[in-house]
Amino acid sequence: MSISKEDVEKVAKLARLQFSGEEVETFTSQMTDILKYIEQLNELDTEGVEPTAHVLPIQNVLREDKVTNGKPSKTIFVNAPKEEEHQFKVPQVIE
Amino acid sequence: MKYEPVIGLEVHVQLDTKTKLFCGCSTAFGARANSQICPVCIGLPGVLPVLNKEAVNLSIKTGLSLECTIAPFSKFDRKNYFYPDLPKAYQVSQFDLPVNLNGKLEIQVDGKSKVIGITRAHLEEDAGKLNHDETGTGDSGVDYNRGGIPLLEIVSEPDMRSPEEAYAYLKALKAILEYIAVSDCNMEQGSLRCDANISLRPEGQEKFGTRAEIKNLNSFRNVQKAIYYEMDRQAKMLDAGERVVQETRLYDAVSGKTRSMRSKEEANDYRYFPEPDLVPLVIDSAWSDSIKATLPELPQAKKARFVKEFELPEYDAGVLTTEIPLANYFEECVKEGAKPKVVSNWVLSELLRKLNDNNESIETCKIKPKMICEMLNLIDKGTISGKIAKTVFKEMFESGGSPEKIVQEKGLVQIADTGEIDQIIEQVLSDNTKSVEDFRGGKKNAFGFLVGQVMKASRGKANPQMVNQILGEKLK
Ligand SMILES: [Zn+2]
Repeated sequence: MSISKEDVEKVAKLARLQFSGEEVETFTSQMTDILKYIEQLNELDTEGVEPTAHVLPIQNVLREDKVTNGKPSKTIFVNAPKEEEHQFKVPQVIE
Repeated sequence: MKYEPVIGLEVHVQLDTKTKLFCGCSTAFGARANSQICPVCIGLPGVLPVLNKEAVNLSIKTGLSLECTIAPFSKFDRKNYFYPDLPKAYQVSQFDLPVNLNGKLEIQVDGKSKVIGITRAHLEEDAGKLNHDETGTGDSGVDYNRGGIPLLEIVSEPDMRSPEEAYAYLKALKAILEYIAVSDCNMEQGSLRCDANISLRPEGQEKFGTRAEIKNLNSFRNVQKAIYYEMDRQAKMLDAGERVVQETRLYDAVSGKTRSMRSKEEANDYRYFPEPDLVPLVIDSAWSDSIKATLPELPQAKKARFVKEFELPEYDAGVLTTEIPLANYFEECVKEGAKPKVVSNWVLSELLRKLNDNNESIETCKIKPKMICEMLNLIDKGTISGKIAKTVFKEMFESGGSPEKIVQEKGLVQIADTGEIDQIIEQVLSDNTKSVEDFRGGKKNAFGFLVGQVMKASRGKANPQMVNQILGEKLK
């Protein structure tokens, strides 16, 4: 399986990334190489093997429905570009 | 051409837990912006989400009530998209292995029953809330208090064929959710949200057409209206030979129209993958059986029992069982000794109308079941007429006073004294000689007019049967 230039452009767009034409070329061949490497797994016989949902052999890690978090610390806004009246400010989103 | 609509609904219901789905933040409504958030629900690096057991319990409860199969093995996935209300840039949801599968819900439209399939009902976390700036700074504020609150997304099969069926489905679903108390179903506060998928196909055609997904439907009536609008819009396009585009559209309640929501067009590739921070959920039969044991009588079963036990018409039983408080109210009246059909008539006409007009709920209503019974007794004893009872009812609704007291204080006791009624009739006859002549001349409807005048003169208090009888004799 190989990756096309369009595939790279689509993934970039979904990830909100912008690449030059040269970068797209590079990533196209790199991603194709990565997929080829992963493709080796197809040599294994996985007949009758359930897809892995999680790598750890653990299930049902649950907690009781009790409020344990009090007021959030003031540092919560430290990395926010803009804050106003306890709200994170972002460029206007209008639907 | 004639088209048939194919409708499927996605309902997001907020599960009534104290804390969020993966952290111990409170879910209380109306708190100050961003006061109920923590590193987990705003997606700071290095945190570990832990699943809320109660949210799982409530989703199993819902699944069982909708006759779903409870998946013995389910898991969580990340749904990736960028939007400011989503702090992690992914929403934790369930993709290929949801907790509930293959359920069904029975609805009634025009007296006919229909079963609507439920494809799935899965757990996911809510997003934050965007507040658009009114001051014109060009910014939007984000409040993440809602982010991470547990939702159950209930997805129906595309089984509905009219806006009325969609409406009936939502009503029936809400009734069940309220019966089992998994959510407060408050649409204004967003605890119940609905998206509609709708496509048209030429009548008789099996293959589905291209569908549009409609969002921003904030009431069941708006769901119905939006579907009507979409049916019309898509039919016009198809008739003109145009193609319907698969897209998300927003409903505008003011104009009653839907419009394309371009910003989300490209976001439909969500690149789901298993959430590595959450381990699988395994529900054995002991767990789901223990939840099953807590299920109350559901609306359909209650309705059937009302029909059988109280010999009520299907319609009455249906209305009385749409909401559990109303059903309880009715049963309370019957327990107090009232005749079921008589109470049902009063509840369905006077009471529901009054509640509706005053925007009040049955829980806060000042007329308690016992008072209705007392009032019905007064009618039975002949103390008041059915007509006067309506006045008493109105007074009880406003003041909460007992019917006896109201009748005494307002002097509403029925006049059942032959002499007194006789006197009133004589007066009316001498004041309306023309009508008397008309009646004697063969105009039978003059009788009704005279009865009306007598009732009026007695301020509604004369016993109507006695008035009819005495007046009849006098005019012979
Ligand atoms: Zn939190």
